[in-house]
Formats: sequence, structure tokens, C-alpha cells
Amino acid sequence: MTDRLPGFSTLAVHAGAQPDPTTGARATPIYQTTSFVFNDADHAASLFGLQAFGNIYTRIGSPTNAVLEERVAALEGGTAALAVASGHAAQLVVLQQLLKPGDEIIAARKLYGGSINQFTHAFKAFGWNVAWADPDEIESFERAVTPHTKAIFIESIANPAGSITDIEAIAAVARKAGVPLIVDNTLASPYLIKPIDHGADIVVHSLTKFLGGHGNSLGGIIVDAGTFDWSKDNKYPMLSEPRPEYHGIRIQETFGNFAFAIACRVLGLRDLGPALSPFNAFMILTGIETLPLRMQKHCDNAKAVAEFLSTHPAVSAVNYAGLPGDKYNALQRKYAPKGAGAVFTFSLKGGYDAGVNLVSNLKLFSHLANVGDTRSLVIHPASTTHSQLDDAAKVKSGAAPEVVRLSIGIEDKEDLIADLDQALRA
Amino acid sequence: MNHDAYDDNYIRSILNNVKSIAMVGASPVNVRPSYFAFKYLAQRGYDMIPVNPGHVGKALMGKPFVASLADIDRPIDMIDIFRNSSHIMPVVEEALKLSPLPKVIWMQLGARDDAAAEKAESAGLKVVMNRCPKIEYGRLSSEISWMGVNSRTLSSKRAPIPTQGMRLSLNRTSFGGGQTAASDRAAKNKTETT
Ligand SMILES: Cc1ncc(COP(=O)(O)O)c(C=O)c1O
Repeated sequence: MTDRLPGFSTLAVHAGAQPDPTTGARATPIYQTTSFVFNDADHAASLFGLQAFGNIYTRIGSPTNAVLEERVAALEGGTAALAVASGHAAQLVVLQQLLKPGDEIIAARKLYGGSINQFTHAFKAFGWNVAWADPDEIESFERAVTPHTKAIFIESIANPAGSITDIEAIAAVARKAGVPLIVDNTLASPYLIKPIDHGADIVVHSLTKFLGGHGNSLGGIIVDAGTFDWSKDNKYPMLSEPRPEYHGIRIQETFGNFAFAIACRVLGLRDLGPALSPFNAFMILTGIETLPLRMQKHCDNAKAVAEFLSTHPAVSAVNYAGLPGDKYNALQRKYAPKGAGAVFTFSLKGGYDAGVNLVSNLKLFSHLANVGDTRSLVIHPASTTHSQLDDAAKVKSGAAPEVVRLSIGIEDKEDLIADLDQALRA
Repeated sequence: MNHDAYDDNYIRSILNNVKSIAMVGASPVNVRPSYFAFKYLAQRGYDMIPVNPGHVGKALMGKPFVASLADIDRPIDMIDIFRNSSHIMPVVEEALKLSPLPKVIWMQLGARDDAAAEKAESAGLKVVMNRCPKIEYGRLSSEISWMGVNSRTLSSKRAPIPTQGMRLSLNRTSFGGGQTAASDRAAKNKTETT
């Protein structure tokens, strides 16, 4: 009998979760404890020396978080995963394994604004340099490669405009440069796009968005594809060299194709400390059980709303990859045939004032700085997140005065369209 | 046998059926992967025998080192080879001189010698290459999931509480082979280019 591969929805409900050994509890228990007792001194030494699998202290791992980790690793097709406190923490922990001061990362210019800040300011202070490249022009990634390049970082579906990235083309650049490709898959979720199938070596998520899905818990995760050979050119000493903090263990030699996830845990999370609360892990796990249902509804609603807006007299343009004429429509049909996601932007003929008015007139959409909630969300970047920029800089960063960003929820689409219509007419 | 992607049932039947394991290249140094694997398999109830001519006179977890497979005083079910790919063939040749023959040749993570595998298989032995028995045991029992590893198995049954010296059930429902499609492909490309 050969093994059968369960479908995505079965994995979303079951992967990683098994009835609790002690109580038989069927839902994953929240192990709300800081620490775990050892059987004896030898067991403790084995755990600290990485010689045995087991629980020590919740900063390093928790049985609740472990279920979340295996669940997302299974959904993404990776070998292992590590859950952390937020999407930003995931990015920090990943890059700490790869970069030394003076090293470089090539990042797509089209990224979540918070990631642009993190790379430009916080990481610069660590001596990690970033070279920006344009995901719409693959050669710009090739041109940015230098002997100091240690990784390439892109978003599968990019925030804020919902543009689709040609992952395979950029994976080919990464392979040629001998560096791993890191893909932030937050806006797509593995339901729409599985970056590992297209050549990603590491996938990161803000679990805060569609995976958790209910706007109630922050979280982040790192998925190891098990595809990158960390020891090849000795470019990644955290993985290939004997680690003094573990008496000389070499992480890749010891852990094989899930070495990167282990390095993130035992060198990154252990020492930097951004642990995910088991309570948040439980909330996010519950969210993931309905990911396929929610994500399809998010996409179907978003497409209906985008179609409505594209014919509205007050609207000058809609950027939604799911619309037939869109610049990214061909890439969407290749990478995300089930739907183009639920985050996109559109432009108002009435400019800045029309944007401010729209946001204040909406009754169902919530005006806030998040995406990927069951509720529909709206933000006018020019008067909020990007208000400190001058008009030219606003246009360049995709936050022109007339631009509004939506994150479409799972309400009834007729109600969302009616709310937008009344707010655009008011 | 497809040595690029093993069916879990193949690995499961080996781990369920072997009782004694000779580990060639076992190290008494407690940060070496062979030490980790030796200790884990001993705690899971296997009769472990450390083989390493450089450490005769010492013991690993109370088991005395022997210099070679021929020096072992009892039948061996499986030979776990902790050596580089280039040192596999002589060990297999030595194993094929044993009487009774071992049932399984297992080459560690990173080690692969297709000619040696073919030789062992034509003598009726089962062969596993480029895998770690500790990782496979941990994966099929789902114990390794505590480290966030994708076990590629599911179960709606209550899990056993693992304690030292206890054999765990390996009978979870598997999906797919030992690793994941992407990682298996990468491993195959690596073997072909080196
Ligand atoms: C694409 C993307 N990546 C990363 C993040 C950061 O995640 P977190 O807020 O969980 O740190 C966000 C948050 O908006 C995001 O949209």
C-alpha cells in the first residue's frame, strides 16, 4: 500500500494535532506554562545538548506552538517550521541566521511598508545592508547580486497593491547566485500560493493576517523548505560551522534537511527571545482550520468588489490582479489560479479629499492599519501611514493622494458593495 | 527500490522489525550526530553495538566498542553506517561475509553509495540511504513534531506518553514519502551533481 497525500483542507484541520496523550483532549490544549520538568539530570542534559526531542522552556518551544508549526509546515510543503511572536520577528530571526555585519540582502521594492522600515533602519543598524530591486524587472535582481549577497527577499502577493511576483524567475536568480530565496507568503497564504513549489527555500508569514484570520492574535512563522545546502561554500557559518554555544555541534550536519528551522529555534529564538504565546498559537490554529473556506470567500468577495469599483463613476483606476485587464492578471492565473487575494488598491477621481471622505463615510468597513481579517478593512495611506511623505514620495511608494487600500472580509459581498456605493456617493 | 524517496511503510517495517543494530563509525564524543543517534536508539529499546577500531577498550552507554563487524558475538539485524559515501563499500563487503547475514544496511544522512546498495540488495538485504534512523523513528512516532518538524503523518488516536526505554507506536497514517517533495528533489539534484 502506498501512502496517500491528503488534501489541503484535511491538512488544515489535522496536520500536527493529535489527541492529548494524558487527557485525550481532542482540541489542541493551551499549555500555559513557562517550563517543563525533566525526567532526571541525564534527560535535562540531553535536551539542553539538543540530543533528545522535548520541551524545556516556552521561549524555546511549546507543545501548543509545535502543533501550529507542523500544521503550517505541512500546508506549505516544508520540512519544519518555527512559530514566533510576529511577522517582523520571523524576518529578524531568519536574517540573523544568514547575515553578518557587512553582508547584504536583495529585497523587492514592493513590500509591506513595515518591512521596508525594518530593513532600511533597524537592520542597517546591525550592519545588514539592503539592495532594492524591482519585482517587475527581474534583471534588477541580477544586477544587485554582489559577493556580499546572502539572500533574496520577496512577497508572493505584495502589500499594499496586491501585485503578483514572478517567484520562479527570481528563484532562478537566487539559485545562480547561490543564495536562498525567502518568500513572505502572508497575503496569499498557502491556500492560494505555495512558494516552495516555485523554488522558495524559506517561507515566512505574518500569522496575524489570513492564517489567523480573525484579527485577534499577532504571530509569525518561518518555514524551512529543506532545499538549500547550507554547507556548500561555507557562506552560512551559523549552520555549517561548529557552534560554540552547543559544544561544537554543526547544525546542518546534525539536522539535515530541517537544519534551518532548528537554527532559527536554538540560535535565533532562544537568544533573541521573540516567543509566541501559546494562547495566540491556539487562536491562530483555530483560525487555520477554516483557512480554505475563508480564503476562497475573501477572494470571491474581493473580485466582486473590484469589478464593482472598476465601473464606478467616482473611481479612476482599480489595481486588482484578478481583473482580466490588470497588469498582473497573467501572473495571477499562473501562480494563484484560485484567486488574487483580498488586498488591493484603487484610485479616486476626487483625489486626497475624496479619500478622506470615503473613509469617514463607510459604515461597515473599519478604518485601521491591518489586513486579512474576517471584517472588511480600509485605509487611506496618504492621510495615515504615509502622511509624513511629500506628494512625489507618496506617488513613488504607491500611496498617491487619491489611492485607497482595501482588505476585503468574508461578509456578504452585496453588503460590502452597498457600503462602498453609499460612501462614494455621500 | 527507489532510493530517492522511500515509502514510509518500508522504513516503518525496518524500524519495527530489527532488534540489534551495529553502528559503524559510532563516536563517544557527545556532540557528534552518531552519539545522538546511538543514545536515542538505545533508549527506544534497540540492542546497540558501537563499532569503531579507534575506541576499542571504551564503552558507549555501557556498551563496549568492537573493532569490526566480525568481532560481534551475536547476530546483527541492521548495520547503521556513520561514514562518508566513499567509505561505504568496504563496510558492505564486510557485512556480506557475516553469518547469519544482517537484514538491513542503513547509510546515514548525507551518505549514499548506489553500487554498494545494489550489492547488498542482490544478496537479499534491505537498504536505506541518506536517512537518519533517529529522525525517521521520531518522525513516524511524531515525537519529532515537538521540534516543529513536519512528520508527514496524521493520527486521530491518542498519542502515547513517551518515557525512556519505551518503544513508540510507528503506526500513524503517512502521507507521502520520508521527506517532502521539494526537499527530496533538492537532495536528488545534489547527489547527481557531486
Ligand atoms: C506582507 C506582510 N509581511 C509582514 C508583516 C508584519 O507582520 P506582523 O505585523 O505580524 O509583525 C505584515 C503586516 O502587515 C505584512 O502585511
